[in-house]
Amino acid sequence: MDRGTGAQREGDTQGRGGTTDDPRLNQLLIRTADGDEQAFAGVYDALADTVMGLASRVVQDKAQAEEVTQDVMVEVWRTADRFHPMRGAARSWVLTLAHRRAVDRVRSVAAGRARELRAAVREQERSFDTVAEEVEVREEQRVVFRCLAGLSHELRLPLVLAYYEGLTYAEVAEALSTPAGTIKSRMRQGLQRLHDCLEAGS
Amino acid sequence: MNRADDPHLDVGAYVLHALPAGEEAAFENHLASCPPCRLEAERLSRAAAWLAAAETSAPSADLRRRVLDQIATVRQVRSVAFASRRRRRRQRSVKLALAASLTAAVALGGVAWWQHSEADTAREQTAEARAGYREVADLLAAPDATISTEELARGGTGSVVASRARGRAAFIGAGLPPLGDDRAYELWYVEPSGQYRPAGLLSAAGGRQAHILDGRLDGATAVCVTAEPSGGSRRPTTDPLGIIDVPA
Repeated sequence: MDRGTGAQREGDTQGRGGTTDDPRLNQLLIRTADGDEQAFAGVYDALADTVMGLASRVVQDKAQAEEVTQDVMVEVWRTADRFHPMRGAARSWVLTLAHRRAVDRVRSVAAGRARELRAAVREQERSFDTVAEEVEVREEQRVVFRCLAGLSHELRLPLVLAYYEGLTYAEVAEALSTPAGTIKSRMRQGLQRLHDCLEAGS
Repeated sequence: MNRADDPHLDVGAYVLHALPAGEEAAFENHLASCPPCRLEAERLSRAAAWLAAAETSAPSADLRRRVLDQIATVRQVRSVAFASRRRRRRQRSVKLALAASLTAAVALGGVAWWQHSEADTAREQTAEARAGYREVADLLAAPDATISTEELARGGTGSVVASRARGRAAFIGAGLPPLGDDRAYELWYVEPSGQYRPAGLLSAAGGRQAHILDGRLDGATAVCVTAEPSGGSRRPTTDPLGIIDVPA
């Protein structure tokens, strides 16, 4: 996966990604809700590479990832009115939408993939280690990986399997041979720890 | 603490989109009536959004053009922010009930009905507060008046009556828990930019209170309630107890 060299990723240049409440991007999304196409283009330029990166990681196919990215961006335009700056940053709103779209895509094509789950577990651990070792990552990636690495294995795996592989909690439970209630609890706890680590200023 | 039937337990799986569709819908139902859960879901969503930053990948150059072409033909959804169909139904029924109550209140001579259920505190109602109720009833009579109701994080409910045409809004609190002597409830307009504009104070006594918001509604998208040091703050210094959307 390339690292996205687009010169126009204005909203994406701060070292901190998901939690930064970027007022400029919020404004662009609010203007988008009023039908401002130029503002929408600004939202696109700020987030297309991140949406595409996430979609590629989840659907594992560049052509499909582009379709997801297109769907997500059109959905952002269509439903921008639902964005409420009080409830989180524009970036987080768009990426939540993108994640749902990407996961729905893999769920719809991957029925009966339970037997692949164990392979997914092994693959995730390997790719996590590989990426974490990469030297040349952007600052915000470094922060994410450092915080992920700071989680115990038990807390990290459910997050990674659900978020990047699109598994449901029941599938994660099956893949890890762990009770479903325990997995739910670890997902909540893992996100909370991740939140604390990321908000700590990284 | 990890009892299987604890609905709050699902919040992590929900944020990760890892609940199957049926359970996801059930949890969203739960969220609609659990403000603390919504705050937790929002907090955890911010963390989850960071996971998206793990990789970036530039889409092909013509995707941008395709998307911009496409949106020119896609109609935007105009809706009350975040209101699910179910919640809108609930708001309508609340509006009907409140409208009926207020009609009754006017018929009974205004303040009397409101105090009917609060006989014990009736004597404490100031003349100002009585005037407040009349103004609320008056505002509700505006042809474009809307009512939105939310449960508040520490108990009680908050309703906002708003009229865009008159540019005014009122807050009706019910069952508000009393605050300490050194605190007060403060109301805020939430601007489209996300900034807060002070809109007045409510007594720390809690209970049932109605208050016409200070200042004009203008473009505000919501009304927020916080607990502040008595005398109020210029900016919220605590987490919102509730955010009540005002329909556009």
